[in-house]
Amino acid sequence: MAQIFHPSTNTIARVSIYGSVIALLVLSFALYGLGESPYYTDVNVPREQPVPFSHRHHAGELGIDCRYCHTSVEESSFAGLPPTKTCMTCHSHIWTNSEMLEPVRASYRSNQSIAWTRVNALPDFVYFNHSIHIHKGIGCTTCHGPIAEMPLTWKANTLLMGWCTECHREPQKYVRPRDQVFSVQYEQPTRFKPVYVRGKEYTDQLALGTDLVKAYKIQSLTDCWTCHR
Amino acid sequence: MSDSQTPRIIEPGHSFASVTDSISAIVLTQKTSRGWWLGFAISFALLMLFQLALTYLLVVGVGIWGINVPIGWGFAITNFVWWIGIGHAGTLISAILLLLRQTWRTSINRFAEAMTLFAVACAGMFPLLHMGRPWLFYWLLPYPNTMGTWPQFRSPLVWDVFAVSTYATVSLMFWYVGLLPDLATLRDRARDRARQVFYGVMAMGWRGSAVHWHRYETASLLLAGLATPLVVSVHTVVSFDFAVGIIPGWHSTIFPPYFVAGAIYSGFAMVMTLAIPLRKFYKLEDFVTLRHLDNMAKVMLATGMIVAYGYMMETFMAFYSGDLYDRYMIMNRMTGPYAVVYWVLIACNIVLPQMMWSRRVRRNVGLLFVISLIVNTGMWLERFVIVVTSLHRDFLPSSWGMYYPTFWDWATFVGTIGLFLTLFYLFIRFLPMIAIFEMRGLVPESAEKGKT
Repeated sequence: MAQIFHPSTNTIARVSIYGSVIALLVLSFALYGLGESPYYTDVNVPREQPVPFSHRHHAGELGIDCRYCHTSVEESSFAGLPPTKTCMTCHSHIWTNSEMLEPVRASYRSNQSIAWTRVNALPDFVYFNHSIHIHKGIGCTTCHGPIAEMPLTWKANTLLMGWCTECHREPQKYVRPRDQVFSVQYEQPTRFKPVYVRGKEYTDQLALGTDLVKAYKIQSLTDCWTCHR
Repeated sequence: MSDSQTPRIIEPGHSFASVTDSISAIVLTQKTSRGWWLGFAISFALLMLFQLALTYLLVVGVGIWGINVPIGWGFAITNFVWWIGIGHAGTLISAILLLLRQTWRTSINRFAEAMTLFAVACAGMFPLLHMGRPWLFYWLLPYPNTMGTWPQFRSPLVWDVFAVSTYATVSLMFWYVGLLPDLATLRDRARDRARQVFYGVMAMGWRGSAVHWHRYETASLLLAGLATPLVVSVHTVVSFDFAVGIIPGWHSTIFPPYFVAGAIYSGFAMVMTLAIPLRKFYKLEDFVTLRHLDNMAKVMLATGMIVAYGYMMETFMAFYSGDLYDRYMIMNRMTGPYAVVYWVLIACNIVLPQMMWSRRVRRNVGLLFVISLIVNTGMWLERFVIVVTSLHRDFLPSSWGMYYPTFWDWATFVGTIGLFLTLFYLFIRFLPMIAIFEMRGLVPESAEKGKT
């Protein structure tokens, strides 16, 4: 009886068996990498806006407080986007003829809001409240990143659930004194740059965080329904 | 053959060649019979009904089923438990009976294992579809995900994922490893190139050398050892889905053994349902003899009695415990709105199968077929009673309700029967339904016995 298969079939069989195992591994790593990459998460990708508003200039160089524009951050779930009127408090006096600011003036004249491109957005099935985070000592820059260095704003963190739970499981690693929440320059304490709370010196985050978690009565809320209500 | 004599496990007059010829011919040389086409057409039509039901389910959602608060489980879980239970007989026959060296298992183990695989495939559909968003099924698996969470390991539903997927994997490997020598036989006997290549690829280079046989024996013993605990563990974990819950009618320690016995009971009923027509239409009476049917009937009788004991204990414990809710649950089962279902189940699972005590019934092929269908029905009703009657009246009368299956409930259930039968029809057409090489091992024994 003639051979059904050519001797090379042995090699083909071996290569395809081991090959498919390796291909499967490579594919799953690649998919995992893709899911974490800026291509999918938009992290560190500056977004184009109708007016090139610079947080670096306003919040960093000029030192305007976050709450000047994001007025509802302390009382509401939503931090608030400023109406054009807020821009015009200054820009009716300075840079009044700037070409760059024409869309702002146009918006003011026509009473139509500027259509900003949203940078940080959570899906609707997640309940998130800014005010409670502010009151429990989570700084703006903890989540929104070095906003004082962003000429055009970008998303500093993935906002994936795994990122939320990192802090919800161990809030002591991230919490800061309440009076530093709106500071865009605040850094976590080190030996060389300690942080003082009520006269006490802290040289590392864990010591500070552990005390603050106690003082602010911060709970580690990790039940599903904390956010998925 | 007289009634008093024990029938043989292979009829006399067979040689190595005749065994190989008659089993391989079904796949290789016989023309596809009109009966096969008819049966396949009906099964395939049911499979298409399943596809229709599935498509509609995916488009609209689980609201097309009759499930609602308080009965959230309905048909989906009833069917899941029923199918997964059916699979257990295949594993018992192939693993435990192999380890116990029960040679009579030889002719029925191949298609019983195939039955296991197809039943597990049908069973697996239901929890996935019942999730509502089946495309997120991988959330059930522990893998490094962007949500920073693991599945809830304290939930028996997660244990179920592991139990059922392990079961499916081991069953598939066991079945396939057992097929290898036969696939090689078919490859060597095939005349046309297409079949030679098809069976050749499937046989993975089996040449029947001593080394191959040595490895084969080791592998199948190891797999039998792996599969043996699964016979007990899989349905135990399935029973935990209920027993770990606090619903009266579920929260019971007798569930694991009683579920396992029920699984083997329904599984053997299904093997019988499949074996009787198969041996008739493919003239395999020489290989699947009355001895096999007799033995299977005895296993059914034994497991059926364990199941009956389970029912009795459930009733006894409800009163013995003095628990108001347990007592009410049992009374409601026996006299409430689903009482008819309960009593039909008792008749199907306990009363009618008692006929098998009689040897004459155990040798009456037609009657055995009817009994096996009755037991299959009874075991389905049992799961329905456990799922629905326990849920429909729990602690608070304000949350009581009724469950009425919709057309789509039935379509999905009947559809999986279509899936099962379609796969089974393809199996008997393309693969040897009896293990040829194992049957050859029985030949000298029958020749020996034929002389006396």
